[in-house]
Amino acid sequence: MSDELNLENAEERIGVYVCHCGTNIAGIVDVPEVREWAEKRLKNRGVVLARDYKFMCSSLGQELIEKDIKEHQLTRVVVAACSPHLHENTFRTACKRAELNPYLCELVSIREQVSWVHTDKQAATDKAKAVLSGGVERVRHHQPLEPLRVPIHPATLVVGGGITGIQAALEIADAGRRVYLVEREPSIGGHMSQFDKTFPTLDCSACILTPKMVSAGMHPNITLMTWSEVTNVSGYVGNFVVTIKQKARCVKTDLCTGCGICQEKCPKKVIDEVYEAGLGYRKAVYTPFPQAVPKFPVIDIPNCTYFQKGTCKACEKFCPTNAIDFNQKDEEITVEVGNIVLATGFDLFDPRRIPHYGYGRLANVFTNLEFERLTNAAGPTNGNIVLRDGKTTPKVVGIIHCVGSRDRNYNNYCSAICCMQSLKFAHIVKERTGATVYNFYIDMRTAAKAYDEFYQRVLEEGTLFVRGRVAEVTDAARLPGEEGKLIIQVEDTLVGKQRRIPVDMVVLSAGLQSRHDSKEVAKLFGISCSADAWFIEKHPKLDPVSTMTDGVFIAGCCTGPKDIPNSVSQGSAAAARVLTYIDRGEITLEPVRASINETQCSGCRICNNLCPFNAILFHADRMVSEVNAALCQGCGTCVAACPAGAISGTGFSNEQIMSQIEGLLLLNLNGARTQEKEMAFA
Amino acid sequence: MTDQFEPVIIGFTCNWCSYRAADLAGTARVKYAPNVRLIRMMCSGRLDPTFVMKAISGGADGVLITGCHPGECHYIEQNYKALRRFILLKRTLTQMGIEPGRIKLVWASAAEGVRLATEITKMVEEVRALGPLNWDHHNGHQPLAISHQPEEVAA
Repeated sequence: MSDELNLENAEERIGVYVCHCGTNIAGIVDVPEVREWAEKRLKNRGVVLARDYKFMCSSLGQELIEKDIKEHQLTRVVVAACSPHLHENTFRTACKRAELNPYLCELVSIREQVSWVHTDKQAATDKAKAVLSGGVERVRHHQPLEPLRVPIHPATLVVGGGITGIQAALEIADAGRRVYLVEREPSIGGHMSQFDKTFPTLDCSACILTPKMVSAGMHPNITLMTWSEVTNVSGYVGNFVVTIKQKARCVKTDLCTGCGICQEKCPKKVIDEVYEAGLGYRKAVYTPFPQAVPKFPVIDIPNCTYFQKGTCKACEKFCPTNAIDFNQKDEEITVEVGNIVLATGFDLFDPRRIPHYGYGRLANVFTNLEFERLTNAAGPTNGNIVLRDGKTTPKVVGIIHCVGSRDRNYNNYCSAICCMQSLKFAHIVKERTGATVYNFYIDMRTAAKAYDEFYQRVLEEGTLFVRGRVAEVTDAARLPGEEGKLIIQVEDTLVGKQRRIPVDMVVLSAGLQSRHDSKEVAKLFGISCSADAWFIEKHPKLDPVSTMTDGVFIAGCCTGPKDIPNSVSQGSAAAARVLTYIDRGEITLEPVRASINETQCSGCRICNNLCPFNAILFHADRMVSEVNAALCQGCGTCVAACPAGAISGTGFSNEQIMSQIEGLLLLNLNGARTQEKEMAFA
Repeated sequence: MTDQFEPVIIGFTCNWCSYRAADLAGTARVKYAPNVRLIRMMCSGRLDPTFVMKAISGGADGVLITGCHPGECHYIEQNYKALRRFILLKRTLTQMGIEPGRIKLVWASAAEGVRLATEITKMVEEVRALGPLNWDHHNGHQPLAISHQPEEVAA
């Protein structure tokens, strides 16, 4: 590379800062050598000083930069440290404090991309030099920029009406802001509304949930949209436009009083797969449970006799307020919101996938959700724990932990709630039936406030614990006393023996899974999913409710298995983040946008069709295209496609990337051989 | 350092998926070959084919292009545009006598640090086997080796 190529930039005064990050970087990369190399070798590239420091991100490290900017009249700063996703803002702010435009700073990653991933010290040091050199070449072409400011619409969309979504909606609404709470089912409440007791305090789930549901339903600032789904999202942080499909309820909500006569009179019984987990029936016109919010029922069109056969209309006949309307159609409603909170929850692992546990084949094998319904006083058995025949009380109950969790064949992760849930079941069975209870566990995980105390309590109550993964649940009796029972075959790893334990009832603690449609939902809202299809946080520890998409927040079990306290905390956390944005009134965005130089534009319109945001307009009168900066998201596809080179992308211009390539190739890995030859495309 | 040939590979990553995958590989201390030097762009759709030409002409022995999986692009569908360009680019480079193995497209989501690391190490070995690119030699004296390779893209 010849230095003459960039003579126009020769007056830049670049400061280079190499971070040790304690031993994180310095343990592999020879930081002083990199610093010295930069000072000498990159001197003719405009580097006027190079320093290394233990922790560049510390206040002392930042002050070092600020002082140098002032004393040495630096015009550009390059920091070689961690990923820009972590500390880019830190160093930009430091530059700003020293009155240098923050966008004249470049952070290159020699930690995540060098010291943490390589073991050869020499190779890592060489790569660090190359990466630093790329940053120096790039920063010479940085332009001073001003962040874009966009207003924040004060309304918020909350998707999912489980406890997390309710909590988030209430927090935001209590702060005086409008919330649209969208729920797919006819009522809010989510999984928590199906439970009987909550661990470890054994509060009645409905008693603590329903007041919150009612508050959400009555709140003047909450627009409740149940039986609805989001179908389209456009726009960006502060200015989303969301289309919501309101499915036909066939009930006029302005007339319905929620008296329930229609449900009483409806002749069509349907197995309730959702709320009763398949254990009970509901009618074709129904509210899922008596405390449903809103109180208005829906007509389940595929199961309604009138819709299938054209006659019946019993509900219409008996409705005292004429609220039934068979002619209602699905409606699309468009709302404008500034922020979005996703609290879409989880699905239960389907234990049919583990055939040797017999669920679906052996009658008295239940899932955890079925068992919740069995124990619930409002459930199909009025809270009586009975076998599938509906009358026999079990004398021995086996509860199997980790069904589909911590299992390479299904889900690798721990579902977090199953241990405590199984202990709760054990307690309830003991308390209500006096039956003998076995818990089959791999490890007991009771790590939260008052959880382990609950475990001790259940131990003292006499529940039996067998450590080992259950091999099989079978009804094939081999030994005396096994006839007519379900036999649990398990290796007791504490004793080191195979055991066959005959029981009357088996409860499978099926794990939590991401929603079956979580990938589509992620795509709809422009966020990412992990390999297990949970939504990914911006930072797993320090930013757990944000996503990489500004203005879209995630809370509760949609990010991974969680218990109720954690879900509620996340709902509140997401609400706090939303309120921060709303109160600020506007948000600053990275000024990464495309713009078209009209004098160079040939009007070929190649770029027009490439933009998925329709941000490029064509002026037919002048035969030129123009980028609408408000719609542009800064992907740069049009920049790369323009045959005339008329489009430039701020922050990622051709000059910046081309120079970075040059810089990266300054060194090759076999030593300090420099690439002196002319660049064919320079 | 041993005498074995150490290729230099320039890698293009997108801000949302593959750069985050590289970050994740770092955080998880997943080891991979040090021969790849990464450039961050906002989207794989930003990849101007001349960037690849520039890297190859400037001394790189291979170019790795990475982005979000199809259907998961942060900008809806721009990785498909990267895919189109990649296919065309590979054909063009082949016509110029550059082995198709020197340019590779890998999709890596933000959760796939291990996958990215594995793909990088794999590519380094492949390019190492091809030897130095030796652009001048190819450009001047070698007859053009045009071969019609099936264009495979890891989905």
